[in-house]
Formats: sequence, C-alpha cells, structure tokens
Amino acid sequence: MGDAGSYTETFVELIRRASTELPEDVVAAIEEGREAENEGLASIALGTILNNIELARSDSAPICQDTGTPVVWIHYPSGVSTRGLRADFESAVREATARRYLRPNAVDTLTGSNTGDGSGRGIPFLHFEEWDEPRIEVRMILKGGGSENVGSQYKLPDGKLGAGRDLEGVRRAVLDAVVAAQGMGCAPGVLGVCIGGDRVSAFEESKRQLLRPLKDTSPVPELAELEERLLREGNELGIGPMGFGGKTTLLAVKIGFLDRLPACYFVTISYMCWADRKAAVSIAEGGDVTWLS
Amino acid sequence: MAELKLPVSEETIRGLEVGDFVELSGRMITGRDAAHTWLMQEFREEVAPFMKDSVIYHCGPVVAENDDGTYDFVAAGPTTSIREEPYQADVIGRYGLRGVIGKGGMGAKTLAGLGEHGAVYLHAVGGAAQVLARAIPRVERVFMLEEFGVPEAMWVIEVERFPVMVTMDSHGGSLHDEVREHSQAKLKELLK
Repeated sequence: MGDAGSYTETFVELIRRASTELPEDVVAAIEEGREAENEGLASIALGTILNNIELARSDSAPICQDTGTPVVWIHYPSGVSTRGLRADFESAVREATARRYLRPNAVDTLTGSNTGDGSGRGIPFLHFEEWDEPRIEVRMILKGGGSENVGSQYKLPDGKLGAGRDLEGVRRAVLDAVVAAQGMGCAPGVLGVCIGGDRVSAFEESKRQLLRPLKDTSPVPELAELEERLLREGNELGIGPMGFGGKTTLLAVKIGFLDRLPACYFVTISYMCWADRKAAVSIAEGGDVTWLS
Repeated sequence: MAELKLPVSEETIRGLEVGDFVELSGRMITGRDAAHTWLMQEFREEVAPFMKDSVIYHCGPVVAENDDGTYDFVAAGPTTSIREEPYQADVIGRYGLRGVIGKGGMGAKTLAGLGEHGAVYLHAVGGAAQVLARAIPRVERVFMLEEFGVPEAMWVIEVERFPVMVTMDSHGGSLHDEVREHSQAKLKELLK
C-alpha cells in the first residue's frame, strides 16, 4: 500500500490542521478559564488568546510562530514500509514550511545555521509501531520550544521536596515543576507526566500522554485521582495565564507510567503550552482518509 | 488603555508602572538569541539608529517574501525573554533602548538595568501570533537575514496599536517576582 510520496499531501494537511486549528476541547478549556478570571491582565491575556485562536483558524495561519517540533506516532499494518512513511513525512514537513504552516524551525546545533526547510537531524521525530489493523493511523503534536524548555525530570527520592518513591512523591515533584515553570511555558498549560521508565522512554511517554483528550479519565483509578488533584492544586498556585497571576494555570494533567529499574524512579514532566496543537488521521487500505479528533 | 508612540522619551517610560496595559505604535526592531550575542560583540552602527529610544522585540516570526522583494509577518508572537538575561541590561544601556518586549519576564540584572537607564519590560501574550502579526502592518527592512536565518534575524517593523502589558518597570517593580513569591509560598503550604 502506497507508492513513494503517496502520503505526503495527507501529512501536509495534518500539519496544517495542527498548526492552525486548535482542538475543540482545548478551546473549551480556555473558555472555562476566561469565565473564571474576572479582571486584570489574566482576563485580557485569555481574551487575546481566544481571539488569536479564531484568527488562526479563519486565516489558516499558524496559531503560534513557534510551530514546534512535529512529534509523531504512526501505527501501520504489516507490509508497509516505515522508510517510505518517514520519507513522505519529511517531505511533508518541508512542504508545510514552504507553505508557511510551519516556521523554518530546525537549527544546525554545531554551526548555528538554520536548515531553512524545517527538517533536520531528529526533526521531525517519528515513532513507528506495527499493529494488526489494516489501516495507518498517524497522531502528531507540535511541541513548541518555550514549553519544551520548562519540561523536567525528577529522580526520587528527593530530600529537598520530601518526595519518596510513591504517588505522594510524584505529586510533590509535579507541583514543584509547575512553580519552577511559572508562566514561561505559556500558561495555562497541559502537563504530560510519566512515572517510571528510563531517561529515554519516560520523556516519550510523557509526550504520548499529551495525545489524550483533556477531559478523559485515566483507566487507573489512583492516577485518575492524582490527575484531578494536581489540576486543582496546580491552579491554586496562583500563577495564572502567562504568569500574570490568576486562577488558570493548568488546563489538564495527564499521567502515565512505565516499569522501571530497581535503582531508578523518575518523574518526567512535559509541559504543553495553551497552544496545545495536535491532529490525527486514519488512512484506510485503499487510501481513504479520515480525520480523527 | 494608553497608546504609546515610538520613539518614546525616558520621561514617558518612567511614568509607566507594573499592571499598565499599553498599545505601541511606531517603529521597533526584533532581536533574540543570536542578535543579543552579536549586539554585544561590538557596537553595531547599522542597527543602532533603529534601537535608540525604541524597543526590541524578542520574536522569531514566520515571514512571507512578496514578489516585489518586500516582506510580511505571517505569525509573530513573543519568545521567552530570560535567555537574554546575561546581555539585556547592557544592550539597553549601550543602544539606548526604552523597552524590551517578550514573554515570561526577566531577572534581577535586567530589572536593575531598567531602573538605571529608564526602560520597561513589556509582556506580549505568548502564542498570540496572529493577533500580534496584525498589529505589524509593515516590515521596513531586515538585518543579518543570511547569517541568522528568518527567526533570528533583526527585522525593523512598523507597529500599530501593538498590545502589551508592563510587567517590569523602571521603579524596581516586577509582576514576575510577585507571582513567583506568592506561588512559592502557596507551594510550601501544599507540601506541608
């Protein structure tokens, strides 16, 4: 299924949707925030954000000029070439950059020069997983740099935080991370958290958590409870939109977990800005495309 | 809300306080990581006139080049300012800037520089790239485009009612310090 280049145009459209149209549940959460903020800079900031979301959608232009790193999870049936999918996705990134859905966002780390076309070493970041279904499913987030800079990883136990190797320790680490981030990750943000894993797998899992709908509930009851509590307590910190002070610091907290080595207990936090850009598509065997929410 | 014309006098800037919402009109320049390093290596005569009594905007825009060789900003929100903390106070002093636009606020060295030189930190809404691009009707010229690339080049732009909040002023006031202290105290309470 699929000759070279056959998915490129679909992937360009996937990128366009993510960069220019914020998911409905994210918009609804920001609207809830604005209703909670009565006055002052917090209220102005959220009003500007909502206005911006609308303009981006109607003009099909990037919500934020930092169009981020495309982080992509692709499920594919047996027999599909992942090399082909990668080539198509990389072409799509270059094409989306030419059409200005993306900013030329890849910098050669050694020379400091911009690659100019949006692609580079490790950009986009693609994860492949074979599955039993006959279709291809692609889920992508666009992860901006400002929020990426406030992501963090804690190693428990942490004496300073009084954080042991249990969910109370996780709670302490996450709240500490929210305070450290202040408004710099473009609050109100969404937290993707991974408990356990190692320093490679944990950051990936924390980002995969960001694919979840904002209002879903973790199937693990103790994590569902912790997510709800951290959302409430995070918003009690008073950091507010853009760190201007206010009630709306977080839009959601999503927590997953991986098994760990006996010696390691990591709590890994990926902070997603309010421009929580994601899109997903399903491509059937015959090539029919269905956009997923 | 007040409209503030650029270039602006030191006196007007010293009249601003944390919490003020202002709209800027006139000419300013963008500059971020590469630009700040470059501005400090030596005095850059070519860009200095565009900085004197105006403001520098921490922004890496998405830019369209028109057929006639002119440019338009397609998306143009602020980037995180704290990365320029080592340079900002000196850049303000050396080039006579009256303000810095960015997001996330800056640190003690910049705050002291604002007081010393008579300048303010102006916070634009992070991620509001469309709202802000619309307040930039014209791109006048660009410096260091080849060397730095589109996001890092220094773009001379004309703005019209460009909305910003004063979050650090020339009197030592910083909303970011206030919010940080308050949230740290609250965290202590939650972790008791």
